[in-house]
Amino acid sequence: MTEDIAIKVDNLSKIFRLPHEKNSSLKSVAVNFYRRNKGYDLQKALENVSFEVHRGEFFGIVGRNGSGKSTLLKLLAGIYSPTSGGIQVNGSLTPFIELGVGFNMELTGRENVFLNGALLGFSRKEMTAMYDSIVEFAELEKFMDQKLKNYSSGMQVRLAFSIAIRARSDILLIDEVLAVGDANFQKKCTNQFVQIKSQGVTVVFVSHDMSMVERFCDRAVLINNGKVITIGKSSEVAREYEDFNLEQAKNNRGKKKGEQNTGNSGSLGNNAAKISCEIADKNGKAVNTIGSNESVTIKVKVDAISSFRNAILSFTLENVNGQTIFAGSTKDKKMSTFSLNKGQSKDFVLNIQNIFGEGEYIYDVEVATANRETIFGHVDNAAEVDINVYEPNGWLMRPSYEVVER
Amino acid sequence: MFKRIFSKRNRVLLAELVRTDFKLRYQGSVLGYVWSLLRPLLLFTILYLVFIKFLKVNYDVPHSAVYLLVGIVLWNFFLELTAGSIGSIVGRGDLIRKIRIPRWLIVLSSSLSAVISLFLNFIVIAVFMVLNHVAVTLNILQFPLVILELYLFGFGIALFLSAAFVKYRDVTYIWEVSCQALFYLTPLLYPVAKLHWPIVKEILFSSPLSQTIQAARYALVTNHTYTIAQAFHNDWLMGLPYVITAAVFIIGILYFRKKSKSFAEDI
Repeated sequence: MTEDIAIKVDNLSKIFRLPHEKNSSLKSVAVNFYRRNKGYDLQKALENVSFEVHRGEFFGIVGRNGSGKSTLLKLLAGIYSPTSGGIQVNGSLTPFIELGVGFNMELTGRENVFLNGALLGFSRKEMTAMYDSIVEFAELEKFMDQKLKNYSSGMQVRLAFSIAIRARSDILLIDEVLAVGDANFQKKCTNQFVQIKSQGVTVVFVSHDMSMVERFCDRAVLINNGKVITIGKSSEVAREYEDFNLEQAKNNRGKKKGEQNTGNSGSLGNNAAKISCEIADKNGKAVNTIGSNESVTIKVKVDAISSFRNAILSFTLENVNGQTIFAGSTKDKKMSTFSLNKGQSKDFVLNIQNIFGEGEYIYDVEVATANRETIFGHVDNAAEVDINVYEPNGWLMRPSYEVVER
Repeated sequence: MFKRIFSKRNRVLLAELVRTDFKLRYQGSVLGYVWSLLRPLLLFTILYLVFIKFLKVNYDVPHSAVYLLVGIVLWNFFLELTAGSIGSIVGRGDLIRKIRIPRWLIVLSSSLSAVISLFLNFIVIAVFMVLNHVAVTLNILQFPLVILELYLFGFGIALFLSAAFVKYRDVTYIWEVSCQALFYLTPLLYPVAKLHWPIVKEILFSSPLSQTIQAARYALVTNHTYTIAQAFHNDWLMGLPYVITAAVFIIGILYFRKKSKSFAEDI
């Protein structure tokens, strides 16, 4: 292995054996004991995965839930042993993949700092030396003598992160750490990332958050169903991941409703209202692609299958990662509720300022009472909007902005 | 190899795990650590009243109360060492699933908790020895070796049981019953000399438990007690409990090492 390679994964496979039946009764124990070959399913969590991580590189592992990325990370950390194939690691490796491992709820914050430090290999003396700066970074000075069970989850993560960044190893493994904590603390974390990056530490980073991956990672690998789909520059992999997700979403939708893009009817709620919707261009024609300078117009038609009263119309816009980008309703707009008798219908037009980044979006539309106690009609993944931007850059938003020189 | 086993990281971690174990053990109890002393003391009081005061069992030894106490303390140590470690791996599943640490460190830390309790109990024994005017002889030098043997025997079992428990939760129940049997297979409450057939004595003293406990009584309390030297009349057979101890220890380590590879998935 050459010097500039930190991790080399070679044809790595991991197969889990999942037993069919649990030996829950004495009889089945006896029967299985004599039969000897117990039935079990083989689950291929990873299949022939190969890649190299260079020294000093920020390397991302991306993939959907259940794609095998956490298994991969656990194999890298040495928590699982591979079924076949090999992993070579050049340098010391952090032994943990998650924050706050080994935290004990019954111990105080202070005691947990020392316990967690020991898991990183720090002696009590070393921990005492850096204790104050850990507490200061976590902003928990007042809480250190309280038991951890009285901490909020955000506080726990802050404490864990503050300890974890003390780890002095050549290679860091990080699994979705920044999901918790307020914006302020997240900013501190990202600053820390920048610092780590400048120190030449090799980082392997597992995340769903493509903006984080694009921002920090030099390269990334996309995994699906235990197989490597692509390895390359993080921006390319992120783009591929989004395409990949969209395809999956389309397939799911296709399966569920049999048709796409032409407006759909949903099934959540009591189906008093039938909702049909479509994206329209400025001439009112149905489209599924919108240019970056056009506003997003959604035409909604509500048909009353049976009568309902005091309804509002609401919608949400999601990106392909399932994150809600934006939501709105007739209630937010201080519009009065509407009532329809059986057979009547009502049209709405939603106009949304188009400041969205390039990509594909999915919207939901719902007709319900103002408190959502009764849902008259709901369309899930109603259709997709494809927003084209001339210079794609992976940003989530394109708000207009000005710079004033003085 | 020793350098790797006792690396700084392992030592630091072990110390911290033992500290945590001990801290948590008596959390929420009013008397706290005092229970480590009080528990064997109360048990001893009961057995003392039943066997020495009421049943008037004749142990044929001087200082029979201390004699009884030493047996109880060592038996409790063995019990805590084995039964107390069965769940150690599963109980620390959070660590095992998410961090790479030597798995045996967890069993070792839980076994060291038993050792700490044992040392606290030594204080109780020492007090009773003074109160009973037990004469300390040079035999006491054997005592640490006896304890070491008992520890290795118990730790081997602990490794085996804790690894087996990951897949087979029946282990607790099996061990519970086995301990009941071992309790009577060990001359804790009855005088060995009263057993009739020599073969029974030989079986009894093949067990490292009987051998160590009698040896400990010999070392601490009185050289009038019955030890392995009287049970076997063949020097080779006298090695049996030591061989068993070594075998249990090695099998424990090997089995644990084999199974520990898949702990993270099996828990």
